[in-house]
Amino acid sequence: MSGATLFFIAMAVVIIGTAVGMLVSRNTIYSALLLILNFSAVAVLYLQLGAPFIALAQISVYAGAIMILFLFVIMLLGVEQLSSKENLHWQRPIAILFGIILMGVAAYLLIVKGGNPQPLPAPGANFANPTDIGTSLFTHYLLPFEVTSLILLVAVIGAIVLTKTEKRKSELDHSQAASNVETFDREKEA
Amino acid sequence: MVPITYYLGLAIILFILGILGVILRRNAIVTFMSLELMFNSANLVFIAFSRYYQSLDGQMFVFFVLAVAAAEVAVGLALMVAIFRSKHSIDVDQMSNLKG
Repeated sequence: MSGATLFFIAMAVVIIGTAVGMLVSRNTIYSALLLILNFSAVAVLYLQLGAPFIALAQISVYAGAIMILFLFVIMLLGVEQLSSKENLHWQRPIAILFGIILMGVAAYLLIVKGGNPQPLPAPGANFANPTDIGTSLFTHYLLPFEVTSLILLVAVIGAIVLTKTEKRKSELDHSQAASNVETFDREKEA
Repeated sequence: MVPITYYLGLAIILFILGILGVILRRNAIVTFMSLELMFNSANLVFIAFSRYYQSLDGQMFVFFVLAVAAAEVAVGLALMVAIFRSKHSIDVDQMSNLKG
């Protein structure tokens, strides 16, 4: 077993362990923290796969921004623990059984039908450096790049609109309705 | 180095764990986090194949998946906050207003 395989197995154990811990934990904050660890371990695996830019983008965007957003919302809503009364008890064993069947099918495909897998080819020294990624972003992938900027703008607008409080609007409607009634009454008198 | 089937196997296990999380957990925020787990497994497959074919396209896809996932999480969590304001709970079993 080469060092690379041992390293992969160590990272895989961390990744699967934290994923299972996230699913099983009753406390939402523990789930979020375990998921941060999961994302960091996957970023290390990206480093082993020769993608340093994406690894650091994963740490700064996923583990650094998205999970912090999750933690903010969890602490804002105060929903660390739900009351544990489960209505559909029969769902859990069936779901786990189907998950195991799916894993069995995948294991069969990968191991039996996988053939003789060769080790991954070693990339060149300058395989995925940021210069190449930047050039590719602005030449081949220019349209998705611009559309992504539009998506992010729409997401910001959507998030602000969704969480805006409606109180001022209803006060405005009440005052508007009151002034309408006043003018109507005045017209009736006149 | 490591053959690619190891990475694919790990990605499949992560994906199945994500699906189980979406189905089995009642807390809506943990459902979202399991969704992120599924995104992660797909990203792993993209990058593994980018290395396998020595091409940069897989990593560009992961870049865009990362950006779109961030946008989707922002909107989804805003939706959760709005739902919590009216129902004072984020238990998905209680969000059954549209049930016939």
